Amino acid sequence: MRLAIPAALALLLALSSPAALSRDTQLVPFRIVEDSIPEPLTSQPGDPARGREVALDRSRGNCITCHNMPVEADFQGNLGPPLDGVGERYSIGELRLRIVDMKRINPESNMPSFYRLEGLHGVRRDWVGRTILTAQEVEDLLAYLMTLR
Amino acid sequence: MRRAGWLAGAGALALGAAVALAQGSPPEPRRQIPNPESGLNYATPETRAIQEDDFLNPAFLWVEEGEQAWNRVEGTAGYSCASCHQDATVSMRGVRARMPAYHPRLQRVVTLEQQVNICRTERMGAPALPIDSRPLNAITTYIALQSRGMPVNVDISGPARPFFDKGEQFYNTRRGQLDLRCGSCHEDNYGRYLRADLLSQGMSNGFPTYRLKEQRVISLQFRLQGCVNDVRGESPPMGGEEFTNLEFYLAWRAQGLPVESPSVRR
Ligand code: HEC
Ligand code: HEC
Repeated sequence: MRLAIPAALALLLALSSPAALSRDTQLVPFRIVEDSIPEPLTSQPGDPARGREVALDRSRGNCITCHNMPVEADFQGNLGPPLDGVGERYSIGELRLRIVDMKRINPESNMPSFYRLEGLHGVRRDWVGRTILTAQEVEDLLAYLMTLR
Repeated sequence: MRRAGWLAGAGALALGAAVALAQGSPPEPRRQIPNPESGLNYATPETRAIQEDDFLNPAFLWVEEGEQAWNRVEGTAGYSCASCHQDATVSMRGVRARMPAYHPRLQRVVTLEQQVNICRTERMGAPALPIDSRPLNAITTYIALQSRGMPVNVDISGPARPFFDKGEQFYNTRRGQLDLRCGSCHEDNYGRYLRADLLSQGMSNGFPTYRLKEQRVISLQFRLQGCVNDVRGESPPMGGEEFTNLEFYLAWRAQGLPVESPSVRR
């Protein structure tokens, strides 16, 4: 009984935090065909302007921490290859798989899987059971990446 | 049948262990980075300049506080550190270079921080100081300074080895939502930029270090919490077993590098 109130409170807090409202806790089903996910994860088409924000936002894609991007910004990372021209080198389906789960292509990859829940270890409490990006954020991001030609 | 099979397996394991013991210690581990480089090589010229001048290095405020604490009587036994160890410039020379070290009575590896607290609680009758607190960082910085320039040289042989192995395992386990291991950044990618940060080899020879961002001296385990947190991992507590073993492993990675405490980092 002594635990009941804090537990309920914690649940309330978790539910009311913006992260809990926006992150997916259950994956939408998707189909992998060769090295691509051909169909979109959502019915709403991706928005490139919102996708650009996702790529730059520290608390969401944060792509710029590891990748050079064709944008005006100080301090771009180079842990991964530059993203310039990535919309030309890959089809949207190929990019979708790479964002969703790069480890399906290269199990040793140091690129995080942005839409995966299983197989993770020691995840910080506030992120347990949530994907890094929502399905819609993935689609927005893809719409943006396809503009990089 | 299944039970018998399991028992046979356990027997084989025990036999394997006995053979390993009879043959002496397990094989010497191999370092991913055989010729390590200090984080100093990855610091900006401005940061280097502060580290290289003791009058500019703010960590020397901690050194002074540590020296005063060294000579201050605390606790019910009426002792100071100096009561047992006299002149730190003599008795503490080399200590930072060989710690963490195996503690035979406690039968585990202890860090310099923990050793200070063992002396306080067991000999001085004084309370343990919280890990990464200012008074503890002051004492460890003062002690570490006495080893400045000496090569890191920890002993991982014999009974220390299982603790080393656990530290190595922690280092190589991918963790957190970003699913990275320590070496993802500090072995696969040193010399590359993570946003504004030039990734170093993550060597521990400069700790305790003055962190410009925190505007204070930080202990190694505070930095480790930061790295685990950055991959959205759940960090173990400072002073706990996991980080102690990890710190031991990190010291071995840095074997041969000069002790540079108190270093300065961004
Ligand atoms: C922690 C580092 C890291 C982050 C963050 C990161 N990536 Fe990557 N990325 C990599 C690495 C490393 C590679 C190299 C391929 C591999 O690892 O197999 C890569 C490869 C890629 C590729 C393939 C590029 C090519 O030319 O083959 C794309 C596309 C990509 N990343 C997009 C993104 C996007 C979009 C984001 C943000 C949502 C992102 N990455 C975030 C590290 C990262
Ligand atoms: C996502 C990248 C990343 C991961 C993973 C990571 N670190 Fe770091 N680490 C950094 C950055 C950035 C710094 C600050 C710049 C530098 O010295 O590399 C740093 C600094 C350090 C330092 C201080 C080095 C110095 O000279 O001051 C140590 C020690 C360290 N890390 C150890 C670890 C350990 C141990 C782990 C695993 C538990 C780890 N790091 C995981 C990014 C990372």
